Amino acid sequence: MEHRFGPYGGQFVPETLMPALAELEDAWTRARADDSYRSELARLLRDFAGRPTPLYLADRLSERAGRPVYLKREDLNHTGSHKLNNALGQALLARRMGKQRIIAETGAGQHGVATATVCALLGMECVVYMGVQDTRRQRPNVQRMELLGASVKPVDAGAMTLKEATSEAIRDWVANVASTHYVIGSVVGPAPYPAIVRDLQRVIGDEARAQMLERERRLPARVVACVGGGSNAMGIFSAFLADEDVELIGVEAAGEGIDTQRHGAPLTVGGRPGILHGSRSAVMQNEEGQIIEAHSVSAGLDYPGAGPQHAHLRDTGRARYVAVTDDDALHAFRVLSRLEGIIPALETAHALAWLLAQSDGELDLVCLSGRGDKDLAEVLGGAGA
Amino acid sequence: MTGARASGIERIAAAFADRKGRAALMPYVMGGFPSLAESTRIGEACVRGGADVIELGMPYSDPLADGPVIHAAGTHALAAGADVAGVLEVLRALSQEVAVVLMCYANMVFAPGARAFAERLQRAGACGLIVPDLPQGEEQEVLRACEQSGLALVPLVAPTTTPERMAAIGARARGFLYTVSVVGTTGERLALDEHLGEILARAKRSTEVPVAVGFGIGTPEQARQAADAGADGVIVGTRLVRAAAESEDPAGAVELVLAELAAGLAPGR
Repeated sequence: MEHRFGPYGGQFVPETLMPALAELEDAWTRARADDSYRSELARLLRDFAGRPTPLYLADRLSERAGRPVYLKREDLNHTGSHKLNNALGQALLARRMGKQRIIAETGAGQHGVATATVCALLGMECVVYMGVQDTRRQRPNVQRMELLGASVKPVDAGAMTLKEATSEAIRDWVANVASTHYVIGSVVGPAPYPAIVRDLQRVIGDEARAQMLERERRLPARVVACVGGGSNAMGIFSAFLADEDVELIGVEAAGEGIDTQRHGAPLTVGGRPGILHGSRSAVMQNEEGQIIEAHSVSAGLDYPGAGPQHAHLRDTGRARYVAVTDDDALHAFRVLSRLEGIIPALETAHALAWLLAQSDGELDLVCLSGRGDKDLAEVLGGAGA
Repeated sequence: MTGARASGIERIAAAFADRKGRAALMPYVMGGFPSLAESTRIGEACVRGGADVIELGMPYSDPLADGPVIHAAGTHALAAGADVAGVLEVLRALSQEVAVVLMCYANMVFAPGARAFAERLQRAGACGLIVPDLPQGEEQEVLRACEQSGLALVPLVAPTTTPERMAAIGARARGFLYTVSVVGTTGERLALDEHLGEILARAKRSTEVPVAVGFGIGTPEQARQAADAGADGVIVGTRLVRAAAESEDPAGAVELVLAELAAGLAPGR
């Protein structure tokens, strides 16, 4: 399976982890070819997660946009986001590998909740690393994880957000690699993770493409998704990669503006590639290679890197990456709530804001990657910071 | 010896050859911690305390292989303004006295380009480079750059390293082979891994260069045990960084701890 995407990807990790990455790749290669693994995953996706998720023609949003807009409703997936698709697949894989202890990182808390949920389902031990800043702004998700039996470990290094939580999860894995599987939550990290997470999230795109063909008898002109690490985007994009007429748009966090350093938009801004969390990709860094802290109102997009395949899709021109500010995302959050009765995650609101700003287009598909209940305190100004 | 004409690789070999019947003592110093000037003084104290090779750490924003003590020291150093030029000045000063190997994370090596980075290191007087997140399989570009500059690219092996990987890593090791004694990040441990002798034996069979042990060694007894288990060199990091962090006189504190470690390694003890 792919270790590199053009010049991106790779395995930049301590030697201690290299055998575990090889073991993971081997286990995944065998599992995905194994009917018992695939049927168990399919059963849980259907009966536990509630898939397939609906494809919804958003009437009033379409009216506002001046063209039909479909929403792929990952917010209706169990636990409220697309993250469960990956967590289920990886936890079943961990069980096959005989690993009983699961660790994960989380930013917005959605991946942490999904992983804690699956660990409760399968009776596995679960430890979730989360930046202290994020435990404050996503408090409801901390409570959910603890209720599900996970141990939430606050990380107080650096900006105390997703980057540091991921680093701490990797350090835990280095120390406990024999007993532990690291359920990474996005299409980032050392190979084979970006390919595994993409393949597990591809269900979003496969369903949406078939649903769109059934409803509209044609493919969308554009597929739009938000990008932090980029798993919901990679999941929906991957089913459309071969459809060359379908434009793929990834929406990053412009934070306070991409001309400031307070953003989370490494793909949009460009510049020299860097290495973060085990792979080479688009990274926010200074001249000497120190990683720069990202900023976004949305904890899930508050990350200075992005998946290596996204960087490659950008370079080859197959996908285009744009960025939306905090303010515009907050506005779109309210717009969708009022127009459609759907409160989106702040991450997803970035994709919606970009969509609302376009006057052109004929048929749009947006990945509604998660629901926004977790964000109420942040949006309504009640978050302690 | 100034090493003006000897390559970095030769200078490391000489340091191991000169170690007078005991395992080489290889202290780790975080560049720029608690300040650039003080880290130079700590390095000089290490030389007085009997260091054979110094491992100088380049502070980094995201040190995945480091435990909390070294991570915090790096964060402190960066906040205090440490940068590549400053740390290489520390390196230049120490390299007048002792062989210095830089420990630096991969993104900083690739930032200016591996070739340019290696040339800059060589000009500063470095003998070698350790990149803790550049495993076998990703090393080619940096290995070529180091070879062109006469620097030793020192690879790491871990208790989890498979026999196939061990053979490949041992064969291309230059300077010395860095054996990680524990499954984990840097930091002090109550006891050495019970399989240390076994790991060391595997490492020594795989290579012709000296084998040094690091991660988890903090006491004179542990240094001695590592040497008795066959290590040609003993790397001590976190214990010294902690001594520097906890003292009003960081260089003095490090010198004291190092003297105890040197006594622990002394022949005939």
